[in-house]
Amino acid sequence: MSGSVRHLYVHLPFCASRCSYCDFVTVVGRQGQHRAYVDALIAELDLERSVLAPRLESVFLGGGTPTFTEPAELGRLLRALPPAEEVTVEANPETVTPELAALLRAEGVSRVSLGAQSFQPRLLDVLDRRAGPDDVRRAVYRLRDAKFDNISLDLVYGIPGQGAADLDADLSAALALEPEHLSCYELEAKPGTQFTHAHGAELTRQSEAMESYFERVVERLTGAGYRWYETANFCKRPGLAEGRDLRSRHNLGYWRSRDYLGLGIGAVSTIHGRRWRTTPRLGEYLRALAEGRRPEREVEVLPEPVRRSERVLLGLRLDEPLKVAGLGEAIDSDALQRLERLGLVVRGEDGLSLTERGRFLGGGVTAELLA
Amino acid sequence: MDQDHIRNFSIIAHIDHGKSTLADRILELTETVTGREMRAQVLDSMELERERGITIKAQAVRVLWKGHQLNLIDTPGHVDFTYEVSRSLQACEGALLVVDAAQGVEAQTVANAYLAIENDLEIVPVANKIDLPQASPDAAASEIADLVGEDAGRVLRISAKTGDGVAEVLDAIVERIPPPAGDTDAPARALVFDSSYDQYRGVVAFVRVVDGSFGGREPLRAMAQGTRFEAEEVGFFSPTMRASERLNAGEVGYVVTGLKDVSRLRVGDTLTSERRPAAEPLPGYKDVKPTVFAGLFPTDSDDYPDLRDALEKLKLNDAALFYEPETSQALGFGFRCGFLGLLHMEIVRERLEREFDLDLLVTAPNVAYSVLTKAGEEVEVHNPAEMPREIERVEEPYIRASIIVPKDYVGPVMELNTERRGRFDHMEYLSEERVHLEYELPLAEIVLDYYDQLKSRTRGYASFDYDVIGFREGDLTRVDVLIAGEPVDALSLIVHRDGAYARGRALVDRLREEIPRQFFDVPVQAAIGSRVIARETIKAKRKDVLAKCYGGDITRKRKLLEKQKAGKRRMKQVGAVEVPQEAFLAVLNLDGGKK
Repeated sequence: MSGSVRHLYVHLPFCASRCSYCDFVTVVGRQGQHRAYVDALIAELDLERSVLAPRLESVFLGGGTPTFTEPAELGRLLRALPPAEEVTVEANPETVTPELAALLRAEGVSRVSLGAQSFQPRLLDVLDRRAGPDDVRRAVYRLRDAKFDNISLDLVYGIPGQGAADLDADLSAALALEPEHLSCYELEAKPGTQFTHAHGAELTRQSEAMESYFERVVERLTGAGYRWYETANFCKRPGLAEGRDLRSRHNLGYWRSRDYLGLGIGAVSTIHGRRWRTTPRLGEYLRALAEGRRPEREVEVLPEPVRRSERVLLGLRLDEPLKVAGLGEAIDSDALQRLERLGLVVRGEDGLSLTERGRFLGGGVTAELLA
Repeated sequence: MDQDHIRNFSIIAHIDHGKSTLADRILELTETVTGREMRAQVLDSMELERERGITIKAQAVRVLWKGHQLNLIDTPGHVDFTYEVSRSLQACEGALLVVDAAQGVEAQTVANAYLAIENDLEIVPVANKIDLPQASPDAAASEIADLVGEDAGRVLRISAKTGDGVAEVLDAIVERIPPPAGDTDAPARALVFDSSYDQYRGVVAFVRVVDGSFGGREPLRAMAQGTRFEAEEVGFFSPTMRASERLNAGEVGYVVTGLKDVSRLRVGDTLTSERRPAAEPLPGYKDVKPTVFAGLFPTDSDDYPDLRDALEKLKLNDAALFYEPETSQALGFGFRCGFLGLLHMEIVRERLEREFDLDLLVTAPNVAYSVLTKAGEEVEVHNPAEMPREIERVEEPYIRASIIVPKDYVGPVMELNTERRGRFDHMEYLSEERVHLEYELPLAEIVLDYYDQLKSRTRGYASFDYDVIGFREGDLTRVDVLIAGEPVDALSLIVHRDGAYARGRALVDRLREEIPRQFFDVPVQAAIGSRVIARETIKAKRKDVLAKCYGGDITRKRKLLEKQKAGKRRMKQVGAVEVPQEAFLAVLNLDGGKK
């Protein structure tokens, strides 16, 4: 029997070191456990397989640093995963050897997302990143050599000490590599991270000076022919990419409120109005699956109104109109009128869209719009 | 008792100069209370009074000393109750003027001594606390002697704490203070010098019988207000209530009226008998009006009914308290309350918070204004938001301020008074070191932080007292605050034209800090009529996004937006602008304003 879920996320928590600003579920080193972990992932996939559709649209290996996983184990995992139209692997630049690139290519990976973050050594230091600017470039070349034609770069802006000129230099350096896709995130001082402890006050202080950075990012990338298709994501326009739609199909799944299955520690799944997060504890995860049972999970039931709200908040991140049929109750109609008057939201035949300014204020606009 | 053997007196003293201690010693020495009954400071019965060392309600205690009936009338000890003090003094023939021999004469002592002199009272000067090592009885005695025009040798030197010299004080009362000289056969007249409310017996009036006599079960009338009632009981305090057959000319005591509201029997009124009414009331009745106003709002709007009940109850005991419902755009439902002065306001606030367990927001106080509109209408304005815009003339209350400082601080005090639109009246040296200054000032200039400023500029040495002397025309103007072009009534101010720019600027700056940035530029303006005197712009937000949102982030992001939405709901809407309650509080709150 098969299900209908067409998006699969697989979490590979291992990292060479922990970056100060990171609040993901990560495990440093532990090479000895990579094998056991991949065994557990395959076992978990077997337990959950029935929810998956016969043909998957996307598989996404995130981390952690998936490419830090022992290559043999990574290969074994990729072979065990069901095929999909898009298979993405996140990679840290310093891990991308010619061998790794070839391995990914051989095992059916179609897209690589590289955590570049910045091209300024001084700023990379602030983030505790191991890779230097040349590692990023080298990784891109190696992936190109292995015939990857869908590479995404992650950039971070708003790093303590990053001036406007630094931002421009980062954007130029990234564009020079002609990635098919770019994700640009404002650095968040997440509570509890070492980074926030060290730089939180500094970030608050410079927040006004960096207010224009988001606008600058959008201006530079759209100017270079990229489509600003989601709040923080850009892809080459089809005209520059032989007509291809280079949006991340996996992430589009989230923003279109599709169901997804997540495997691995700390991974989140949302299926049929239930959301759960698998235990973030590696020991418990390995033990449970070795015993053939499901690891502990934290379950959240999503009642219909919550699901409607989520469809609004996720959908408005995209540059395509949000179809409002069935969402009426999730939207505050007075707020909608107000926001239309302010030129932040437009109602069209296809649904609701944020204007360009509305997108820069997307968080606040959505908060106001939600009933 | 015949009038020759009666002496009625009060004690005038600055806070902490030993009035209550002396009163206690007198009660002990005359065996009015036994040692077992003795509780320190018997006369200050309310909890708050005991804590603050001040007396709110006057009381009268009868003691016996060497064949004489001495009535000690306790006067309220603060500036805000000048009228009550004056009525208490009017009930006496003499007063003990008590000065701390270590501190010397203070402004309040001067003010009350003058009041006593104006009431033709015989003053018995007393230098207290001579047991203190730092006391200088000679210096204090000479200051007091100068003040009241007595010979320094006649100043009694005592220690109320040890009891040293207290018997001599009682002897001096008998010897120096004249007996009452009322007409025992004339129609009955008694001065109401205070009242209190008893939940079972209603209003209890404290009276000094001037002519004739009063008995229980007698129909009486308050001549100024016209209130009629039957005396349920008459008696005196010794120190607790003791009923008696009659209260005769010259005597001091109480009348149980059965009235349910203190406002129906005001201090200063004259009681007479309905059976044989007096032709003329005693002189000096004044309907005391509150001069200082502030909005009182419950911090939690659900507490509004509790606040209303609490004010009703307080009002039973405090005829001077005034209140009316007020609805503020910013603060919701509350009351605009009128007070005799700043201390009165503080006392009411503390009682509401302490006795009624209410959490209150008190707006910065303002004074009462008397306004003549262009249409020729006279209105009294208690709230800047109600100030008419078309004004012909505005009058504001003025005070006479009496300030005593060491001579080195005369400069800073004069400077402060000049800044506050003060008009110098006169200055005199009380001693080589200490100077007494008199100024006339608009009351509005002292309601906010004058006292704090005075203290800080004189390193705490200044003592201050004031008396409201009437209304005078002022060059006053209404300053409105506009947020995105919308006037915000709750933030309107009435200020002197010369200070309008600075106040408007301060207000606008404060609001710019407090109002969060919106989706659009928000101008914040202070304006006089249509003329903008200060302007700031709260720049529109340029970005407000949640950076990442993938499968593992959705729940957290949703909760974040829900929280943001809830935050918006709590905001007050001024036109299209969302203003957090905190922003209003920062500008309106009495405490916030001081920061």
